[in-house]
Amino acid sequence: MYARVGAAILAALAEVGEVSLFGLRALREALLPPYEFGEVIRHVYEIGWKSAPLIALSGFAIGIVLSMHTRASLERFGAEAMIPAGLAIALIRETGPLVTGLLVSGRVGAGIGAELGAMKVTEQIDALEASAVDSFKYLAVTRIIACIIAMPMLTLIMDFCGIVGGYLAESTISGMSWQLYFQRAFSLVEFNDFIPATMKTAVFGMIIGTIASYLGFSTTQGTEGVGRTSTRSVVLASMMIIVSNVVLVKLIFFLFPATG
Amino acid sequence: MTAENDVAIRLDGVSKAFGALKVLDNVTLDIKGGTAFCLLGRSGTGKSVTLKHIIGLLKPDSGHVLVHGKKIDELKRQELSEVRRSMGFLFQNAALFDSISVGENVAFPMRRHTDWDEAKIREVSKAKLADVGLEKDYDKMPGDLSGGMKKRAGLARAMALDPEILLVDEPSAGLDPITAGEIDDLLVELKKKGTTLVVVTHNIPSARHIGDELAMLHEGKLIAQGTAAELDRSEHELVRAFMRSEGAG
Ligand SMILES: Nc1ncnc2c1ncn2[C@@H]1O[C@H](COP(=O)(O)OP(=O)(O)OP(=O)(O)O)[C@@H](O)[C@H]1O
Ligand SMILES: [Mg+2]
Repeated sequence: MYARVGAAILAALAEVGEVSLFGLRALREALLPPYEFGEVIRHVYEIGWKSAPLIALSGFAIGIVLSMHTRASLERFGAEAMIPAGLAIALIRETGPLVTGLLVSGRVGAGIGAELGAMKVTEQIDALEASAVDSFKYLAVTRIIACIIAMPMLTLIMDFCGIVGGYLAESTISGMSWQLYFQRAFSLVEFNDFIPATMKTAVFGMIIGTIASYLGFSTTQGTEGVGRTSTRSVVLASMMIIVSNVVLVKLIFFLFPATG
Repeated sequence: MTAENDVAIRLDGVSKAFGALKVLDNVTLDIKGGTAFCLLGRSGTGKSVTLKHIIGLLKPDSGHVLVHGKKIDELKRQELSEVRRSMGFLFQNAALFDSISVGENVAFPMRRHTDWDEAKIREVSKAKLADVGLEKDYDKMPGDLSGGMKKRAGLARAMALDPEILLVDEPSAGLDPITAGEIDDLLVELKKKGTTLVVVTHNIPSARHIGDELAMLHEGKLIAQGTAAELDRSEHELVRAFMRSEGAG
């Protein structure tokens, strides 16, 4: 019993190690020529731009809900004037980055895992290699870089749409003007709230791209394996985002004590 | 001694196992430049595995694979790419890139490895597709092709850069006799131009037509190697039975 649990833990650790090595190798190779700029741009479009509607709509809805919650809490203290700022800080510091990370790991993680997995089992990755193309660089590195670039941009979209959603919810209740809302929203938001929280999503992007690419490259057993890779990419990426978030938030508080 | 007579590909005591399954057992063979070598054998004996060793997609557990004298299995990434650029590979399942059109599949190696302009790339890709009778299918997606058409598109992609060495895995499998004959003629044509061919096939008449040398793989070993006439007289009943067959595919 203990032996089996132990073996499972060891296997999981070994896999985490391999994924980490895969990611580090990707970062190293990203710095070495040839640079696949064309592919990176194509994937930023596929991963980033095509996720934008999902992120915008979610941000909007989350903004409305957060606004209702902030109002319910702050009303008790008669601090309604703080509602915009409370919402903006909650959104920018935590809700925006984390929800964007989870949504992207769902849409993009599943997509990359399935696409690379299918290429693996149909020998298209071998065909790339046979055409003297470095498949790791061409397929994995480009997607990982694209995820790293796309995540902060998507987070900005989420933050912005969330604040707009919050404004709509607030203005229907209190009739607050657009100018006043925005002025109050950003009155308390500082550089230290905004930049570290947004940049940490680049790490989320790295996690999503690396896990999905790694699992895609290790896919075996045909169509069934592709399905499994797709699911595992989402589960592992989401889990790693939530766990790494703890460390990243701690790190941000440490590096930018003014926020704490 | 001219370059054509040099050994283009050499397997030197190559063994390969997948887990407990021993696929290649100390296989040694030489393939001369500019000749066609046909690899025969029953299904599952390791013919495709042998081809993948030659282009370095698989590494031998022991022994070496040499292409133009270079040990493929020991090359660094960069040098391996260099050697692969002079080779073309037709996968048994064609392995077309299914996210781009048939024409772009053929253009892909040119886009990667030449500095030709768009017009030239399109022109050469079209010509390669025409060679395999797919001139009208440039803009089709691989998913919309029949099995035999995929095979031919895969062959066009393998020929894209006029490789010195062309490795083809069952080029005529799934083709009608007429088209299969045309593909055979195309391969013979390439050989005449100096291309070294390694052809895996189950089609004995075609092997007789194309092959300068034939070999048969059985239980991890080459049990016969030589010209068609020599294989006809082989001491192995299995080889003679193979050579008597008319089996297409
Ligand atoms: N990557 C791999 N992992 C595990 N086993 C493999 C792998 N590739 C091939 N094999 C096994 O090696 C053996 C030889 O396979 P191979 O594809 O070379 O056969 P083949 O001679 O080409 O057969 P066919 O004529 O049916 O194409 C088979 O038993 C196959 O299951
Ligand atoms: Mg085969």
